[in-house]
Amino acid sequence: MKQPSPRGEISALVLTTVAGTVDDGQEALARLATLVAEALSETPDILYDDDLQLALFSLYELHYSGIDEAGDDWEWNPELLRVRQQIEAVFEQRVRGEVVLGALPGTTSEAVCAELFRMAGEDTGPSMSRFVATAASDEQLHEFLVHKSVYQLKEADPHTFAIPRLTGRSKAALVEIQVDEYGNGLPARMHSALFARTMRSLGMDHTYGAYLDATPAITLASNNLMSLFGLNRRLRGAIVGHLAAYEMTSSQPNRLYSRGFKRHGYGEEALEYFDEHVEADAVHEQIAGRDMAGGLVEEDPRLLQDVLFGAAAGLAIDTLMTSHIMGSWESGRSSLRTSEAMAS
Amino acid sequence: MSADAAPGPAGSREGSVPERPLNSGDAAPVSVVACPDGPLLIRGDFELVGADGEELPRSRRTVALCRCGASALKPYCDGSHKFTGFRSGR
Ligand code: FES
Repeated sequence: MKQPSPRGEISALVLTTVAGTVDDGQEALARLATLVAEALSETPDILYDDDLQLALFSLYELHYSGIDEAGDDWEWNPELLRVRQQIEAVFEQRVRGEVVLGALPGTTSEAVCAELFRMAGEDTGPSMSRFVATAASDEQLHEFLVHKSVYQLKEADPHTFAIPRLTGRSKAALVEIQVDEYGNGLPARMHSALFARTMRSLGMDHTYGAYLDATPAITLASNNLMSLFGLNRRLRGAIVGHLAAYEMTSSQPNRLYSRGFKRHGYGEEALEYFDEHVEADAVHEQIAGRDMAGGLVEEDPRLLQDVLFGAAAGLAIDTLMTSHIMGSWESGRSSLRTSEAMAS
Repeated sequence: MSADAAPGPAGSREGSVPERPLNSGDAAPVSVVACPDGPLLIRGDFELVGADGEELPRSRRTVALCRCGASALKPYCDGSHKFTGFRSGR
C-alpha cells in the first residue's frame, strides 16, 4: 500500500519510523511509546480518533501487503508490537463497552447458529442499503465504494488469519467459505477482484489503499477491528463470530446495492460483485453459523461468549460507520475526510 | 484438475463464469443439510439439472437450494427466508 498521509503526531511518527531502518528507529520508538500513552489517556473517543486509528491501521498493514518504503523486518519488531498492543488494549476496551450481549444460548451448534441469526436480524441504525437502492446520488455511490474499498480490496484476508487457529469442523467450514471468497482457484473470480472491477467501471482507482486518506477514523476502526480479532489468537472466537455476522448481513443488502448501481445505469461489470454476494452469502451464512461458529463452540464451549462478542462488535462498529455516512449525507455533506481524494 | 479441461458439468452463467468442473476428481459423497427455517445445503459431487436434464447455471461447489419459495434466484436461496418468517417445522 502506498504510504498514507499522516493525521497527527502519532501516525506521522509511525510512518516515518517504519520507513527507516530498525537500527535507526530506536529513539523514535521510545518517543512513540510515550506519545501513544499520552494520546490514549486524552482521546475523547478512540473510535473517532483519526491519528490513533491510522497509526493502528498502519501497524496492522505490516502484516498484510505492507506499506511502500517500510521494511519487512518491522513486522515482528517487539517495541513496535508493544506500541500496537498499547493502542489495541484501549481500542478493545472501547469496543467491549459498545456491545451488550443478550442471554447466552446453549453451546450446541444449532443454538449458536440461531442466536447469531437473531443478532444479525435485529434492525439497528439507518439502512444504507435501502438508501443506496432508492435515493443515493452517483457521487454518493462513489463515496460508498471508497468506504468499502478499505476492506473489500483485501476481502477475506483478516479472517484467513484464523485458519491455523481452528481445527476440525470449524476449520473445514472456514476454509470452505474462504475458497469461495478467493474465487475457487480463478483469480478473476476472487471477491476482491470483482470489487476492483466495480470500482473500475465507476472510473475509480482500484489500487489497494488509493483512497485511504479520504476515509474517516470510523471506517478505519471497522477494519482495525477485524485485524485485532484476526491477529490475536486469544480472540479466535471473536474473528469467527465476526465473519458469521458479516455473512449473515450480506445477501439482502447486496441485492439492494446492486439495484442502486443499476438505477444509475451501471452495467454487469459493476453489478457482478453485488450479485455474486447475494447467492454466495446465502450459502456462506449457513456454513458460518452452523459449522464454523457452532462447530467451534461445540468443540470448545468456553469460546461461546467470544464468538457472540465478535459478532456483536462487528455489527455495532459497522452501525456506527453507517450512521456516520448516512448522517453526513442527510446533512448534505460528504462522508469522506477529503473530497479532493475522490477527484484524483 | 485444470480449468481448461473439457467443459465441466457446470454451465456458465451468461458466459461470465468460465466453464470448469466444479466436482473434485474423486467423487465425494453428497450430503444435504436441511437448515432449520432455511435452505437445503448441498455438498459433495452432484449435478444440478433442470427438468429437461440440462445443467443449471452454477458457480460454486456447495449450494443452498431454496425451500421457502421466496427466493428471487431460484433454485438457489438468496436469504429471503429470513424476512418471510419461513418455518421449516424442524
Ligand atoms: S430458503 Fe432461502 S430464500 Fe428460500
